[in-house]
Amino acid sequence: MSTSIATPSDARRVAPSRGSVSVSGAADESLPGETLDTKTVGQVSVADPVMGARVVNVHYGSKHAIHDVSIDIGRHAVIAFIGPSGCGKSTFLRCLNRMNDTIEGAKVSGLITLDGQDIYEKRQDVVQLRARVGMVFQKPNPFPKSIYENIAYGPRIHGLAATRADLDEVVQTSLQKAGLWEEVKDRLDHPGTGLSGGQQQRLCIARAIAVDPEVILMDEPCSALDPIATAKIEDLIDELRQNYAIVIVTHNMQQAARVSQRTAYFHLGDLIEVGPTDQIFTNPRHKLTEDYITGRFG
Amino acid sequence: MTEIAPKPVLTSREKVAATLRRRYRAEMRFRAYGLSAVLIGILFVVLLFWTIIHKGYTAFEQTYVQLEVSYAAEDLDPGGQRAVADLQAANYQLPVRAALRAAFPAVEGRSELKKLYGLVSGSAEQTLRDRVLAKPTLIGQHEAVWVLADDRIDMLAKGQIDRRLPESDRAVDDAELRMFDTLKAGRHVEIRFNSGFFTSGDSREPEQAGVLGALIGTFLTLFVTLVISFPIGVAAAVYLEEFARRNRLTDLIEVNINNLAAVPSIVFGLLGLAMFIQFFGMPRSAPLVGGLVLSLMTLPTIIIASRSALKAVPPSIREAALGMGASKVQMVTHHVLPLAMPGMLTGAIIGMARALGESAPLLMIGMVAFIVDVPKGLTDPSTVLPVQIFLWATSPERAFVERTSGAIIVLLAFLLLMNALAVILRSRFERRW
Ligand SMILES: Nc1ncnc2c1ncn2[C@@H]1O[C@H](COP(=O)(O)OP(=O)(O)OP(=O)(O)O)[C@@H](O)[C@H]1O
Ligand SMILES: [Mg+2]
Repeated sequence: MSTSIATPSDARRVAPSRGSVSVSGAADESLPGETLDTKTVGQVSVADPVMGARVVNVHYGSKHAIHDVSIDIGRHAVIAFIGPSGCGKSTFLRCLNRMNDTIEGAKVSGLITLDGQDIYEKRQDVVQLRARVGMVFQKPNPFPKSIYENIAYGPRIHGLAATRADLDEVVQTSLQKAGLWEEVKDRLDHPGTGLSGGQQQRLCIARAIAVDPEVILMDEPCSALDPIATAKIEDLIDELRQNYAIVIVTHNMQQAARVSQRTAYFHLGDLIEVGPTDQIFTNPRHKLTEDYITGRFG
Repeated sequence: MTEIAPKPVLTSREKVAATLRRRYRAEMRFRAYGLSAVLIGILFVVLLFWTIIHKGYTAFEQTYVQLEVSYAAEDLDPGGQRAVADLQAANYQLPVRAALRAAFPAVEGRSELKKLYGLVSGSAEQTLRDRVLAKPTLIGQHEAVWVLADDRIDMLAKGQIDRRLPESDRAVDDAELRMFDTLKAGRHVEIRFNSGFFTSGDSREPEQAGVLGALIGTFLTLFVTLVISFPIGVAAAVYLEEFARRNRLTDLIEVNINNLAAVPSIVFGLLGLAMFIQFFGMPRSAPLVGGLVLSLMTLPTIIIASRSALKAVPPSIREAALGMGASKVQMVTHHVLPLAMPGMLTGAIIGMARALGESAPLLMIGMVAFIVDVPKGLTDPSTVLPVQIFLWATSPERAFVERTSGAIIVLLAFLLLMNALAVILRSRFERRW
């Protein structure tokens, strides 16, 4: 899978070529040679990131939705994107697996890398990218097919299972990882749309992990769920962290605090502050972050 | 001075209660309008069906006359070879007329005999020929044979000719009436199921005319229409809806498709005549050309219906598929098309139903010709049911009236069959949950 992919150090070589000058806030001093032209407060980069974004701008037609966002996504960790509605969390998230390509008029500029390779490069295959960077949406959206087919779809189109037995295996392990196996193992041929909202969302997560991605993007995955279903999904996210990098957008501050190790605060298209989650919530360094998490606006 | 009562202060709840009655009445009125509209619609449908069936059901019956035929060898096969060619070429009018004369020995004189001979259909000879060819040993023998009655006699037998009218206003005169009554009294007249209506092509003689030719023509034409317009229509809709970028060109295409749907159908006939027949040199009156012309006509309908079916597929399904790493084509074929298929089929059926009833464009490409033979292929000359109905409706014979209605019944049955097929297809394609 990774034969043609450059080493992470390539990304660092590429990144500074964006004409960067100064770093306000604290860019990672442990990564010499990287200077980021960013207003973002806090530590934007991490050691050995799975994904990296540098000076990303997004335009919807004439609307400038994301301004110069640079951030790294670490391996085996959960990063939460928080911020007031309309600040561009979803937009930025969708840049990471090029789902914005499907929106007419959306333009993404800047550098986004996956394992050091530019994902917006001509050679990059979107299909392969999305197999490596999976996505779970705000509203559970299982296919109107059976539970089995929902999970089997990804492995099938990507040719990940050679035999029916392989496929059965993938379906079972995916459902087990998503904590749904016990609930649905007797009715795999039932429609996925017939499950409860929380089960549907876990089905969608199972569907995403069935293709064995490196990163899972989740856009407000619990916003349509009750607290019990939410708790299950949060536990699940915590477990999935062992194997995947997870980016979660959430409006629920407690949720961000519970599941994530790093938190990024967006405001009107700017990435204001990034840092370890406990630091962001206990000791935010930027005024806007503080206002937001203390509930003064948002 | 009258004391002005203090204006009662109404609470919100009382105000609401006051408007409630009015609201309920408005709702009742609205329901009544809707219900009466539906009832009027149903009334017209019932009326339509009743008149057509009432007028047309007799087309499915046919009067037969029994003749005591003797196959005289000296008339039919003077050579005595019993060769097929001889039997084929023999004059079967002789035994028919002889049988009629034998039944009415008293009839004499040229004009009276002509009336006598006119009691049975011209097809009586053919009936006898067929029997003899099937069984040459009949020659030299007698047998009772049921042959078709002439169309006027058929009308008389079915009670569609008023006997009380003065002779000059009647299609059958007194002499013919008497002969018919005699035959009937002798139980030599019978009304049977008209199988010929479904097994023969058109004819100048009403009693021999059938819808098979038109039915097969319709079937072939619609087949061509479906095979051409459904895939093209669906492909165009999928392209416009899922792949094309919104720009001037696609806007222009969209406007043109909508306009095409409103173009009078005869214009498509002219186009077909100029393009398919004159430019490409395809045969006239052929179901192939008819189907092509009707495809042009149905395409916009199918494209528009398919596009709205595609639009109705929730975007979340598309996102889900793309998010899984499905390519756009996979997204369309695996998820969007199956969900849109029922709507597309409905559109196709609506388009086909419109094509089924269409006659104007087919007139332009020559499918209006009088064609006796049942078409055997896509390039054989043929006609279609609506054109057949038009042809019969303009024929002067009284007996074509019921056949016109009969053909309309067949057309409606065809339509119902198509709709039933659509329902079955829809339910098969519809998700099972
Ligand atoms: N398809 C689009 N076309 C045009 N503008 C868009 C589109 N999608 C989003 N935007 C705009 O981009 C900005 C960022 O939107 P985005 O959906 O990323 O916000 P968000 O942070 O996810 O908000 P929320 O928390 O409400 O989901 C908003 O101002 C929005 O109006
Ligand atoms: Mg959002």
